[in-house]
Amino acid sequence: MAAAEEASRPFAGLSDVSISDDIPVEGDISVPVGASRRDDELSTLDEPVKETILRDLRAVGNKFVHVLYPKRSSALLRDWDLWGPLLLCVTLALLLQGGAADSDDQGGPQFAEVFVIIWFGSIIITLNSKLLGGTISFFQSLCVLGYCIMPLTVAMAVCRIVLLSVSGTVSFAVRLAVVTASFGWSTFASTAFLADSQPPNRKALVVYPVFLFYFVIGWMVLTFSPSQ
Amino acid sequence: MAATNDPFQFQEFDEAGNLLEANRDATTISMEDDDTEPQKQRSAAGFPPDADNEDPLDTDDTTELLSGQKKSAPFWTFEYYQKFFDIETHHVKERIFGSVLPWPGRNFIHVYLRRNPDLYGPFWICTTFVFAVAISGNISSFLVHSGKPGYKYTPEFQKVTIAATAIFSYAWFVPLGLWSLLLWRNNKVMSLVTYSFIEIVCVYGYSLSIYIPAVVLSIIPFDWVRWCSIVVALCLSGSVLMMTFWPAVREDHPKMIIAIMAGIVMLNALLAIGCKIYFFGKPIQAPAIDSPPANESIKAASST
Repeated sequence: MAAAEEASRPFAGLSDVSISDDIPVEGDISVPVGASRRDDELSTLDEPVKETILRDLRAVGNKFVHVLYPKRSSALLRDWDLWGPLLLCVTLALLLQGGAADSDDQGGPQFAEVFVIIWFGSIIITLNSKLLGGTISFFQSLCVLGYCIMPLTVAMAVCRIVLLSVSGTVSFAVRLAVVTASFGWSTFASTAFLADSQPPNRKALVVYPVFLFYFVIGWMVLTFSPSQ
Repeated sequence: MAATNDPFQFQEFDEAGNLLEANRDATTISMEDDDTEPQKQRSAAGFPPDADNEDPLDTDDTTELLSGQKKSAPFWTFEYYQKFFDIETHHVKERIFGSVLPWPGRNFIHVYLRRNPDLYGPFWICTTFVFAVAISGNISSFLVHSGKPGYKYTPEFQKVTIAATAIFSYAWFVPLGLWSLLLWRNNKVMSLVTYSFIEIVCVYGYSLSIYIPAVVLSIIPFDWVRWCSIVVALCLSGSVLMMTFWPAVREDHPKMIIAIMAGIVMLNALLAIGCKIYFFGKPIQAPAIDSPPANESIKAASST
């Protein structure tokens, strides 16, 4: 019967918005009037600034935990932010300052050089993976690469403590072990997040630049030697 | 492969709601399927004898031209650059092995690159070479100087900048010059073989790959080991370039052939020997080479 009705009025669907009786309609489609007060409580406009900041910090901390324990979840990918990468990058660059012979030009990397290597490096790696046909978005990839610097930043802090206390071959051996472990950790964590977005026969092409990137950062951390 | 990938793609599409991504990937997969077939056939067939060289070449040229017209995108779009990254892991491996082990009569462009020159290999080989030469130069200077009184280890980070400038300008400006030279000569003397700019960049990039193991070997603190590894790398890399560009200049005047070939080899040797002397110089020479920039900076500082 309904078919015959439709055939007689071919454009009925455009004008008639009423639903015929034989289609069961379920669900709550009324405008939620009573819920408006609850919305006000949750609004980010009215809450104290402390809560806003704490929520963002909690999101950043949550991502740090994801890097430390890299299980293949998409939480780090979905809500990307660049606060954590900025924090890690600035910390690493500051810790790398005050190195050997800052005055002459034989010294270690300057603050700007570290900054440029980290940001341009991750941008180039991201472009590379996009050009190879990756399905991950630009800022997601930047976020993952930035957060995965964390083991190397921790290694840098450990290296400075080691350099304060012991010196000589023992110091170098400890630093080498710490930097190697954190380099492996960074590469492993970032590939756990990034490699899934690639076609299987191109994974190695995407992983190699990531490996090189963390290797260079690891090298900068390892060769840091303080001025006397 | 495309069939197994498709459900995954649509999942991603559902999750991220990213229409562009899904579309782009779909086109890449189809292009990939087009390109891998002839590539495999060609490498399976090996190098054709010299007499038969001209005919398959010409057909290849026309097919390349047609395919280029079919999927041409303007150069400011992302898709234009995506076609230079349309390669897979095994292609890159084959190309690196082909550039490290040159075989007499095997033309790198014809055997490995035809129809699909990539920029992935050249870019990452250059980057790896930059860091390899800077880091091994630093380690070798540490090994030479360590134990001497008054020696203080420094990371010498400015070597990375110098290596990057030298290597990237070699890998981009030399192909640019060579490409314009070949274009000019091709107008004067009709040659059967022409190479595009990207192909020349690709050959130059891959020809640098042999230098990476060579500079890593140069860490060994004996001067003869360093010279041996650099000269072996120079010969291999030079022979790849010579054999690749030989068909393009073969029809030319003998004087021009000698000039072009000598130019290619000289620039390659300049890079190799420059790397050896600057990064792995003798301990007495090292301050002498390092001093001119220092003087310049002092001059600049005093003049300002």
